[in-house]
Amino acid sequence: MAFFCDEFPIVERSEIASGIFSYVIHCPSVALAAKAGQFVHIRAEGYTLRRPISICEINREKGTIRIVFEVRGNGTDKLSQLEAGKKMDMIAPLGNGFTIKEIPSDKTVIVIGGGIGVPPMLGTAAEYTDNKVKAVLGFRNKDRVILEEDFKRVGAETAVCTDDGSYGEKGLVTFPLIEELERGKTAMIYACGPTPMLKAVINTARVYNIPCEVSLEQRMACGVGACVGCACNIRKGGRDFVLRVCKDGPVFKAEEVVL
Amino acid sequence: MSKDLSVTVAGVRFPNPVIAASGTYGFGQDYTDLYPLNKLGGISCKGTTLEPRNGNPAPRIAETPAGMLNSVGLQNPGIDMFITGYLPQLKKDGNVIIANIAGATLDDYKQAVERLDSTDVDMIELNISCPNVKQGGASWGVTCDGAAAVTKTVRAVTKKPLMVKLTPNVTNIVDIAKAVEAEGADCLSLINTLLGMRIDIRTRRPILKNNVGGFSGPAVFPVALRMVWQVANAVDIDVVGMGGITTAADAIEMMMAGAKAIQMGTAIFTDPYSPLKVIDGLEKYMEENDLNSLEEIVGTVQPW
Ligand SMILES: Cc1cc2nc3c(=O)[nH]c(=O)nc-3n(C[C@H](O)[C@H](O)[C@H](O)COP(=O)(O)OP(=O)(O)OC[C@H]3O[C@@H](n4cnc5c(N)ncnc54)[C@H](O)[C@@H]3O)c2cc1C
Ligand SMILES: Cc1cc2nc3c(=O)[nH]c(=O)nc-3n(C[C@H](O)[C@H](O)[C@H](O)COP(=O)(O)O)c2cc1C
Ligand code: FES
Repeated sequence: MAFFCDEFPIVERSEIASGIFSYVIHCPSVALAAKAGQFVHIRAEGYTLRRPISICEINREKGTIRIVFEVRGNGTDKLSQLEAGKKMDMIAPLGNGFTIKEIPSDKTVIVIGGGIGVPPMLGTAAEYTDNKVKAVLGFRNKDRVILEEDFKRVGAETAVCTDDGSYGEKGLVTFPLIEELERGKTAMIYACGPTPMLKAVINTARVYNIPCEVSLEQRMACGVGACVGCACNIRKGGRDFVLRVCKDGPVFKAEEVVL
Repeated sequence: MSKDLSVTVAGVRFPNPVIAASGTYGFGQDYTDLYPLNKLGGISCKGTTLEPRNGNPAPRIAETPAGMLNSVGLQNPGIDMFITGYLPQLKKDGNVIIANIAGATLDDYKQAVERLDSTDVDMIELNISCPNVKQGGASWGVTCDGAAAVTKTVRAVTKKPLMVKLTPNVTNIVDIAKAVEAEGADCLSLINTLLGMRIDIRTRRPILKNNVGGFSGPAVFPVALRMVWQVANAVDIDVVGMGGITTAADAIEMMMAGAKAIQMGTAIFTDPYSPLKVIDGLEKYMEENDLNSLEEIVGTVQPW
């Protein structure tokens, strides 16, 4: 799992919702090595720490990756000012991606994204052919809805929920999730989003006894496993471990995560 | 024409004066996709204790203007794992390998260092910034007595070159430096992190779960430089300087203040290549100033 650190040219920049930006970056070496669920660690000029952002899509033929991020604070604000043609300074690709499986022809997988946890699920959905993947996407309200068309483009049957019901179904992603699980066709669940959502998904997966992987977030310094700054609690075989989100994750098996 | 950038600290030769600082470079395996470990003059490994430790709860990282806070809290696999699991590879891959040792009791330090004494580790750096459990958790390094006690205990059980790493969270770092020198330290390194804090104003909670944490990065450089200068002027043993070094110019300042070698930590997070850029910059400086050895500039600042 080699990674690179370089300045890569920005091919395309767009604001896909208010304060949420999509970038396509030309980085053939990274695109070739990258897996869905991995992340890039981006230098924001003038800031000491890099910003971890998930890989949203990978295009190996064109040698590009896409990232989508929301402006939260100063660093992401600075990054969002980078225009097409300028360069993005990234360490990438980092971490372990989602496990993509061979699944029986009558089975499907479910990808679940909440808010700014939606982007990495797009690349994950794209790993499966048409009709094999259901996407359940949750947002605060209509204005925050992103990437719905992209999920449809990669062949995912897509359900959108909003907290306030201003778009799609009103309520939590767990309702459509349970509905789908009840049909008994699910081989695997993948999820990324805020902690309360992940907890609900992990519990649901346990109840239905479906294998599930989740992607965690933590504040990071190095991003490559050197500083142990990004600790998370993992329980394996009855033993507790403190592991690194950046190197041992960000994707973990749901049953091992202690949130 | 390439220059010889080597320096000798406490009798140990470093092929160049740039060392990765403890806790920022793990055990030397995490950056090898970018460049080999032997580009660096040396590596100070993550702070290691007698027994494995899990460290503090997350979040452990916060950003500050021109710097950062960390409250990792010495998460490490323990001295035995260091010796059997990491040291052989480190010796193969790297130049000078420095073990960084921490402990809660004098006996912890003693036992950990005893185990290292029979290995081929090149140097031992004592982290005396960790809490002394017997003294209610205040760090060993904040009193002359505490710092001297750790140094004395360890000196008695090892012939390895001994570097004692000073904490800046004291009223007079020179007194601590002298106390450590008197107990047989071969050299000093400074500074460890300054104690700091950040609050999330929306939640009214500190960003670090540990509430407070160690402050490092470019923002601390002037404080580090001042302390290195004061200490280097007060002791006869070698001094290794660190704290916010980001560029070759910073490294040169630090050496002029009295450091024979330097360590870099936080700068590596911003730019993993920064140590190599510093090394290149030092070589260029030697060429431009016609130096045969970087030691020619050590301690050459001319105070007013
Ligand atoms: C593996 C991973 C993947 C991510 N993927 C995405 C993504 O695809 N799209 C997206 O919009 N966001 C993503 N995030 C969250 C994103 O990293 C933060 O929103 C961003 O770092 C905030 O930086 P800032 O400068 O806006 O905020 P500031 O508050 O100014 O940042 C200060 C410091 O805190 C850190 N920080 C603050 N919030 C977070 C957070 N939630 N997670 C980690 N570090 C944080 C920053 O990195 C920085 O070091 C991801 C986080 C992780 C860990
Ligand atoms: C994430 C992190 C972890 C650290 N862990 C240790 C440690 O285990 N032992 C130690 O002696 N110093 C530790 N330090 C302190 C550094 O080695 C160094 O003294 C300090 O960061 C100042 O240098 P810098 O500004 O170049 O980072 C740590 C620093 C950081 C940022
Ligand atoms: S951020 Fe340094 S180990 Fe994960």
